[in-house]
Amino acid sequence: MKFEAPHIEYDLLLPILIILAVAVLGVMVEAAVPRAQRYLVQVVLAAGGVVAALIAAIRVFGTINPTSDNPKLGRIVAEGALALDGPTLYSWIVILVLALLGVLLFAERQLDGGVTAFAGQASALPGTEAERQASAKGLEHTEVFPLLMFAVSGMLMFPAATDLLTLFVALEVLSLPLYLLCGLARRRRLLSQEAALKYFMLGAFSSGFFVYGIALVYGYAGSMSYDKIAFAIASGSKSDGLLLAGMGMLAVGLLFKVGAAPFHAWTPDVYQGAPTPVTAFMAAATKVAAFGALLRLFYVAFGGARWDWQPIFWAIAILTMVVGSVLALSQTDVKRLLAYSSIAHAGFLLTGFLGARDLAEIKAGDIDPVQAVLFYLTTYALTTMAAFAIVSLVRDGAGEATQISRWAGLGKESPLVAGSFAFLLLGMAGIPLTSGFTGKWAVFAAALSAGAWPIVIVAVLMSAVAAYFYVRIIVVMFFTDPIGEGPRVTVPSLLTSSVIGIGVAGTLVLGIVPGPLLDLIGRTAQFIR
Amino acid sequence: MSTEPFVILSAILFTIGCIGVLTRRNALVVFMCVELMLNASNLLLITFSRANGNLEGQIAAFFVMVVAAAEVVVGLAIIMTIFRTRRSASVDDASLLKY
Repeated sequence: MKFEAPHIEYDLLLPILIILAVAVLGVMVEAAVPRAQRYLVQVVLAAGGVVAALIAAIRVFGTINPTSDNPKLGRIVAEGALALDGPTLYSWIVILVLALLGVLLFAERQLDGGVTAFAGQASALPGTEAERQASAKGLEHTEVFPLLMFAVSGMLMFPAATDLLTLFVALEVLSLPLYLLCGLARRRRLLSQEAALKYFMLGAFSSGFFVYGIALVYGYAGSMSYDKIAFAIASGSKSDGLLLAGMGMLAVGLLFKVGAAPFHAWTPDVYQGAPTPVTAFMAAATKVAAFGALLRLFYVAFGGARWDWQPIFWAIAILTMVVGSVLALSQTDVKRLLAYSSIAHAGFLLTGFLGARDLAEIKAGDIDPVQAVLFYLTTYALTTMAAFAIVSLVRDGAGEATQISRWAGLGKESPLVAGSFAFLLLGMAGIPLTSGFTGKWAVFAAALSAGAWPIVIVAVLMSAVAAYFYVRIIVVMFFTDPIGEGPRVTVPSLLTSSVIGIGVAGTLVLGIVPGPLLDLIGRTAQFIR
Repeated sequence: MSTEPFVILSAILFTIGCIGVLTRRNALVVFMCVELMLNASNLLLITFSRANGNLEGQIAAFFVMVVAAAEVVVGLAIIMTIFRTRRSASVDDASLLKY
């Protein structure tokens, strides 16, 4: 039997390979470098690796950028496993920027008395002598950096995957490190462990559905690659039952990752219980990766069966927006409130996703749904990351003070921090001159031009409901007197400050001059198959 | 050879796993039920691999096994920590985060 070596485009896959290499190196650093130097080595390694990967991704973006003499928008690489096109590379760049911000947040040591936000020794039981000793010695788990890198590598593969098997492997590579990271909080470890358990159990359950969906679609199309599935749907000679059931089950797995209702139940618990840097990273980057994968799967592979999946996504989009916005009204915890707000945002993103229509129907000047969703993801991710970074600053004796009532009078205690948070909340609410407004406008316009006006009406109504609970926090911060000894705003090091600065600047700049970025995405936002 | 019996068997296995996840309380048993769901998928993949006459499904089954093993590593670590903290592996006991 003749064996043919696969042809891998190593130069184009450099971003993923760099991140994976850094992750593996990080594991070796844990084994080889003395404890005292590990933190510095890991941070430099992780940050340097992400920057290198970012440069590589931008370089690849340049090579696939269509020019007048080369109209091709991208390439299928690694023997048909990954597609490098505009949406993939744009997601890569966003994810890598978020990963860099994530490394900065993970490395923050000034907020909790000279140690990171992660458990000193995860194996020591909470409240025991062993844990006291671990924290007295100032132990830290620097393994969080390699774990973060593994998660990032999965996130890079996820939106690029162009066959179902790669998609599944990417999903798990993305998820497994995040399950662990969720359980590693230094403070409130019971909540953190519970978050990890819930995230893991529900994640494993949803991936069970996902694999079964893969098997059914494979049975229908006779192949796992997206273009063969699209071809099988177009020829339409096979039994539809397999396809419909398979599509539904794949959607369950992806919508779980996205945090869309009715698969949202884990989101508030996990966002609240996980260490805040992990929540910040997860809330932003997972959504980018999962929406990238969702768009590619349903536009490229299942695009021909659009009339079959569209109605159910209409229902899910409406349900997600309503659940997220209405349940957020009654929340008393900032992290939980931001989690429900992220569910509502998933609903708005699905609104843009439903702007899918045939290429022939797209008129010049229309907002393309892919373009709208990618832009919204960018704005949402930057805003959310900065918002969670600010949550980690407001502390009292027991760690972060996440009760909203404890935030009373924060505007007097620290006008700068409270002002930035208020601005980010307004951005999430979609007030004009913030990036949230432009993002919402883009997804609503995309949905409208596809004739999905009932969803847009619900979305506008729910934006109004959502504005109420964002403004409620602003009122608490600026117009309520603190009860007793209020929480303090801890002054962060340059690491967290720069994350907040970048998030606020992004929210402002993309709100005032969104044009260049929208154009950039618009020029490249086409899937190849 | 007809594929139908295998498809039906895998659907039954998947349903048993699914019901188990929803009704059982012990985290370990819940986890075993998830594994049952994954194995039902494996059976289906291999069945369709034979029906379609290509190897993609069989290769995918290997990947699913490897991923399931990785999931066991992570999952058991999480279940172990929560068991050591709470002296219970019941998923109902972990209920501090709610509403």
